Amino acid sequence: MDKVFMISVFAENKPGRLERITKVLSEANINILAFSITSTNGFGVIKFMLNKWKEAYNLLKEKGFTVSMNEAIGIEMKDQPGGLYEVVKILSSKGINIESASVYVAETRKRAYLIVEVEDTAKAMEALKGENLKFLHPEDIK
Amino acid sequence: MEFWNQELETLESQKLRQLQFERLKKTILRVYQKVPHYRAKFQEAKVKPSDIKHLEDINKLPFTTKEDLYVDYPFGLVTLPVEKLIRLHTSSGTTGKPKAIFFSKKDINNSADIIARCLVMTGAQRGDILQNSMTYGLFTGAFVMHYGAEKVGILVIPAGPGNTERQITLMKDFGTTVLHITPSYALYVASVILDKGIDPRKDLKLKRAYLGAEPYSEETRKKIENMLGIEIYNCYGLTEMNGPGVGFECKYKAGLHIWEDNFLMEVINPESGEPVKDGEIGELVLTTLNREAMPLIRYRTRDLTRIIPEPCKCGRTHRRISRILGRSDDMFIVKGVNIFPQQIEQVLMSIKGVAQNYQIILESYDEMTVKVEIDKELFDGKIERLIKMKEEIIDKIRSATMVKPKVELLEPGTLPISEGKAKRVIDNRTI
Repeated sequence: MDKVFMISVFAENKPGRLERITKVLSEANINILAFSITSTNGFGVIKFMLNKWKEAYNLLKEKGFTVSMNEAIGIEMKDQPGGLYEVVKILSSKGINIESASVYVAETRKRAYLIVEVEDTAKAMEALKGENLKFLHPEDIK
Repeated sequence: MEFWNQELETLESQKLRQLQFERLKKTILRVYQKVPHYRAKFQEAKVKPSDIKHLEDINKLPFTTKEDLYVDYPFGLVTLPVEKLIRLHTSSGTTGKPKAIFFSKKDINNSADIIARCLVMTGAQRGDILQNSMTYGLFTGAFVMHYGAEKVGILVIPAGPGNTERQITLMKDFGTTVLHITPSYALYVASVILDKGIDPRKDLKLKRAYLGAEPYSEETRKKIENMLGIEIYNCYGLTEMNGPGVGFECKYKAGLHIWEDNFLMEVINPESGEPVKDGEIGELVLTTLNREAMPLIRYRTRDLTRIIPEPCKCGRTHRRISRILGRSDDMFIVKGVNIFPQQIEQVLMSIKGVAQNYQIILESYDEMTVKVEIDKELFDGKIERLIKMKEEIIDKIRSATMVKPKVELLEPGTLPISEGKAKRVIDNRTI
């Protein structure tokens, strides 16, 4: 089982912020595989799973964005009713709390991944080892 | 730990107060007898020199402001005949007429003696080489340091400011060990040194620098210390009070000792003129206790600081003040409460995850908005942490100022960058 990486960017809640970030990724020919936005009164954090995460991290940092690279676990779900339920049932049974989540649809109508950030990635991975789950590998998204 | 004048520098507090009181009485009598403007001011305040029976009675006396320096200009506040004056200095950087300050021979000698204390306090001694990169001219900064260093027996290079190439050549050729320089110029010189590929730790002999004449942050101090591999000591002074050396840091670099046998210090609320409690921020007010030509009583410096009442580990009994936090003119009022931007700055500096740059926006009389940039290096991608940090900022500002602010977290680089005199308060209110 391998961990994957999410790129998080701090953004004020103002028009044009997402545009500025995605423009940088687009111009560097970096593909967005999954993303989520969490926002609160005035600011938010935008998270991306990218095919070239390390490159994107360096690039965004260089361009002056406030960015961090966070570990995450990608767990395969069936793209059908109950797909998400089955996965989160296992996570909760292991006492793993999801801090942030997004979805990566690898093959439409067939395979999707739930990408979760948790408090302790290594511990969560250990807990999930014996479960009948398929995990996303970094090579799968390159 | 070495002393220039151990007896006076470590004089027991009680005795120091006694000495202050004796000198205060003499000073008051002197200006009352010799300066018509002071006499008129005292009479207007219905106070006579004989009413000053304790040190605390000083608050019966009227303040001296910079406007008073223009009354009967230029010799109006002088207590000696002009032929006894040997030096004129004027204040730098203000608009309109300069403030003219006159010195007698004794005054010059005394200010050099005070600087000698400062230098020895930081470990400087005979054998050191001081490159004096302050302006020699109407401004007091360079001269007073020059005389003080000579008094200690330090070799002085009167470099003056500017011509950075030459500054660096002087350092290399003559083995400068001590610099006296403004913080902004120090930062520039340090960056040129490094750009030239000079390793200050190997190629230069610099040990310490005295930085003053402009406000600067602790962060700037550390930055220059790291760039040059030296110790930097904070230095405070103003032309009206002899120039540099009024306050100076000792080896512990934890606030500036004010030479209380020469200056009586008070910290007041700039609005009410009442003293603040020890440790609270307010305007520094100074009375000269040992000046002959032009004594000043309760001079409003407009500089904000706070007294550090705790004794210093160095053994000196002269109390310390914090680095100058700003100008008293920066004060603003929200919900009827007096607030200094520095109170907010102190809160922000105590919170991990926020950068140093901030701005206070005032749109109405009952609300303030504090804009803060988050620290790029400490961003960890977790929004919960940012929410908590924002709540912490609100809570701490509320307990420091009694006003609950609105807080906006901004991306780094959003606020204008300003060296030194930053525009912290944007007041958009109209009456």
